[in-house]
Order: sequence, then C-alpha cells, then structure tokens
Amino acid sequence: MRPFNYIASTSPADAVAANAGNPAPHYLGGGTNLIDLMKEDVERPETLIEVASLDRKEVERTASGGLRLGAMLSNTETANHPDVRRDYPLLTMTMLAAATEQIRNMATNGGNLLQRTRCPYFYETSMPCNKREPGSGCGAINGMNALHAIFGWSESCVATNPSDMNIALAAIGATVEVLQPNGNSRRIPFADFHRLPGDEPQRDNNLAPGELIVGIELDPPKFSDNYYYLKIRERSSYAFALVSVAAGMQLEGGRITAAGLAMGGVSHKPWKLTAAEEYLVGKAPETATFEAAAEIAMRDARPLEENEYKIEMGRRAVVRALQQALDRTA
Amino acid sequence: MSKLKEWQHKSEEDLSDDEKKIFNDLGLFGDSRRKFLGKLSAASLSIWAASNFKLNALIPAGEEVPPALKALLNELEVKLRINEEDYTLNIDSRTSLLDVLRERLGLTGSKKGCGHGQCGACTVIIDGRRKLSCLTLAATCGDKEITTVEGLADGENLHKVQAAFVKYDGYQCGYCTPGQICSSVALLEEAKRGEASYVTEDFKDIRENIELSEEEIRERMSGNLCRCGAYNNIVMAIQESQTGEDQGTKWSFATAEEMEEAGKAK
Repeated sequence: MRPFNYIASTSPADAVAANAGNPAPHYLGGGTNLIDLMKEDVERPETLIEVASLDRKEVERTASGGLRLGAMLSNTETANHPDVRRDYPLLTMTMLAAATEQIRNMATNGGNLLQRTRCPYFYETSMPCNKREPGSGCGAINGMNALHAIFGWSESCVATNPSDMNIALAAIGATVEVLQPNGNSRRIPFADFHRLPGDEPQRDNNLAPGELIVGIELDPPKFSDNYYYLKIRERSSYAFALVSVAAGMQLEGGRITAAGLAMGGVSHKPWKLTAAEEYLVGKAPETATFEAAAEIAMRDARPLEENEYKIEMGRRAVVRALQQALDRTA
Repeated sequence: MSKLKEWQHKSEEDLSDDEKKIFNDLGLFGDSRRKFLGKLSAASLSIWAASNFKLNALIPAGEEVPPALKALLNELEVKLRINEEDYTLNIDSRTSLLDVLRERLGLTGSKKGCGHGQCGACTVIIDGRRKLSCLTLAATCGDKEITTVEGLADGENLHKVQAAFVKYDGYQCGYCTPGQICSSVALLEEAKRGEASYVTEDFKDIRENIELSEEEIRERMSGNLCRCGAYNNIVMAIQESQTGEDQGTKWSFATAEEMEEAGKAK
C-alpha cells in the first residue's frame, strides 16, 4: 500500500475542509472496499480522511413520514433497526443479502452507495480499464464478460454496480443528502445519484469533488407487506449478484396500486425498471401480469458475448421476485 | 559503509536511477519520498523500518536489525485497548489492526488468510461487533474495545464456544479457528439481541433470542471459510453453545428384542 497521511475528522464540516486542503484526498468509511483497493494499488489516495466515526449514525423520522438514515451508521445497524425492519422490510432483506456479518458491521451506508465495481479488469492493474485509468481501454468488452452489464453500457465500460442496498433504494425511492466543500448541503434524488458510464466511466456517480454523503432519506414507507429481494449468485451466501431483483407492491382490492422494481448485477447503476413498474399498476397481481412486466423489463437488454444468460435469468427473476412478494400475504 | 548509511546523506537529486526505481517500486513518490529521505538523514537506522521494506537488501551481513521496529512514514500514535489491556504504539498510518496484533504485540491468534476480507481468518470483536482486522486500519481503533481469540478464555477456563469447538472437532488444520470462534462468540450475542439474517423468517416480528437453526448458522457464518470443511462440526459447536444441549450423534446397539421386532416387520 502506498503511504498516505491519515486525518481523523471530528465533524462533517471538518472532513470537507480537510478534503479541500490536502493532496489526493479520499474519505474513509468502513474501509471494506477502499482498503482492499488500496492494497491492490487501484486506489492511491495521499490523504485519507476518516469519517466513519462521525456523528451521523441516527435513524430519524422525516417530516414526510419517511426515515433518514445516517450516512455513518453501519449496514448491520441500519438493516436491523426496528423502524427499518417494520416499515422498510425490503431494505432490510436486501441489505442482509449483502456480503457477510463482519463486512456489514464495518460498512457504512454512505460507503455502500460508493462501492466500486468488482470487474476483474478494474482490480487487475496490469489490464486496461477506462474506469481505473481513463483512455487505457476496456478489457472486459471483448474479454471475460460473463459477469458484466446488459443495460446501459458503453464502448468504454461494461462494468456493473455491485451494491445490494442500492437496488432496494432504487425500488423504494430515496434522496441522498451531501455536504459540499463550501458548507452548503445538497440533495440528490437517488435515481440521479449514480451514472451510466458513457465516455467517463471513471465517474461512478454525480458527486462533485470533496462532497461528503451525510444522510439518505427514504421516501415514505412503501411495500411493507409485499416485498422480496431475490439474489441469484454463484454461492448461496457471500457472493455478488449475477442478477438480483428488489420487488415491492402495494395491493388493494385485488389490484396493484403501486410497484417498485429494480435490478442489480446488470448495469453501471442500480437499474430501476420504470416501465415495468408502470405496467404493473392497476393490474391484478397474478403470474400473467408478472410475466408481461418481466418482458417489458428486459426489452432493452443488450448482452455481451458471455452474458446473454442474464436476459432469461433476469426475466425469470422478475417473475419470481414478484410472486414471492405476493405470496407473503397470500 | 552500508547502502542505508549512504542514503542517510542523500537528497532526491543525488539518487541514482536504480535508487529512484527502488523508491518507485515501493510506492514512494514526491512528498513521501522527500519525507523518507528526511527521516533517514535526521535519524539513525535504529528508529527505522517498515514491514514491507526489504531490510536485508540494504543491510550488510553482520549489521544488526533493530528489534523495536518503528513507523516509517506518516507516523501516528494510537492508543489501543485489546483484551482489557492498554497499549500506546507509534505506527505507520497504513498498518492494519491485524498487523499490529500479530507483528507488534505478538497476539498471533488472529490469522492472516487472504488479507482482502474474503476468508474471515482475521475476525476480531470490536466494540461488541465482529469485524475484519485485515481491512481495519489500526489508526481507526483508538478508544475502541478490541477482543481477540486470546481474550476469550477466563484464565484456564475456556470460553464455552472454545470448549464446544474442542468437543466437536470444529476444525482440522486450525488456521481458520480463531476467526471462526470470534465470529461465533459475536454471533451468539447477535442472536440474543434478536438481529435478523437474510434467512430469518418474518423479521418484521421483532423479538430477542433468535433460535439458531442450522440454516441460520450457515448463513450467519458465511464470512468464515474453512478449507478443511469442518462446517458440520462448527455448526454443532455453535448449536451447543447456544442451547447447552449435546448435539452429538446419538446411537446405541439394538437390543435382542428390538432386533426381533425388526425381523418380524420384514
């Protein structure tokens, strides 16, 4: 690991000031991803600003009835918070599908949003990767790409976002609250937080330099009775998703009145299935409806050489996740 | 004169191409490199060393390597509380908690398996939560209560989880065992607090003391790999630790009457 100057910040304001005033700065949350990437020589900060211990660990009710999750709260404490378990079980189930207890105990909510891709070409510094080294090319697009994107990729990058939490947030709806270097705060709708790669795959999200995530505001409680997170992976625990689906429905009088649907493992950003969500609303919750929604969901998929399987897998995963969500109250 | 002593008097400009390459390979550039050279000039070899620096390439045979290794760059003082003992150490900012435990304090129970958070062999308990010491910078651990496998037993009396691992042979080679045990100890507390896992049914119904089924244990222990495959025994050890009930296979020879009954049934 390359040397860095370590700064223990004492407040969010202190952290953004340290970020602005030091060479090659990087915030340090739980470190489960960043420290690993520093060991691999992928990330090379010269200044590391510790923020995980900052006082942004609360879960509070917002004026609109939603919940505000402190950015520095651990994934474990978030997923197991009584209010989250009762009001947002889709988020709890999704977060508990991620990684392992040890990692969830370390990982912060803010850090989860900022996980880098697990594309092996990004990790291996002898390989070309436009995300790691802009202009060096993409090793995956004509290489080993069985684990890569089928939606929204570009010629410069076919990597996927590895987070589970992001998928539930996309289905539920949320707002990311960030502190800017000038001390002002900014609110970013979750759907606009992450980016597609385009010709700047080095940018995973729309944070400006030095901005610090301080909280995540969840939309008012949704899908607390009918929810499911289906994660398809190569082992039954502790593996990243090949394809995952977060599904939530509000049901009333034998109809779907609201639907939340997002897919993981398929794109550079959490892939919200907006057209399928819209299709579901007003329909009867039954297999034929779910199958039609799944067709719509996969309509724009563009597979690479080795990942065509994700289209059929994604289609079936949407149907099964919706069915499981329905079965909770059947 | 050793190479190192020559370097003590050099500045950036005096370095040969080979020497520059060595610094580059070590990841010492710009400001870091100047600080490094400054340290060499300002201090003698005795305060200097870093675990990833190949000392023997620089020190001629016969010259002594100092026993008390100190930080090389971005030196920090950190106060650690480990197994109820306090330590104050000067460390390089890059030092992981695992390396402090093993290399500085001689607490070699915690093991370095992968060094990348994939195997769980380095699991320790920090403020009551199991965490990976290989991905934890020691610098972040000030004021925290750290428990390693060395801190679980009460004198000569093993912790009940340790005793259960012995009873059920919850290991073969033993390398993953300290991590497995620390993880299991924390797991029992998580179950006591009623924390859910991905396989917990109906977790909206919040209650304490979750009973750990085999499925629950396997999911919750998935961060601790055992390449010998002692998983079945580990599961039994954890179940007995939680319930106090013997989990061993129960069998006995059939009596003559039972054999006769079985014969009739045919």
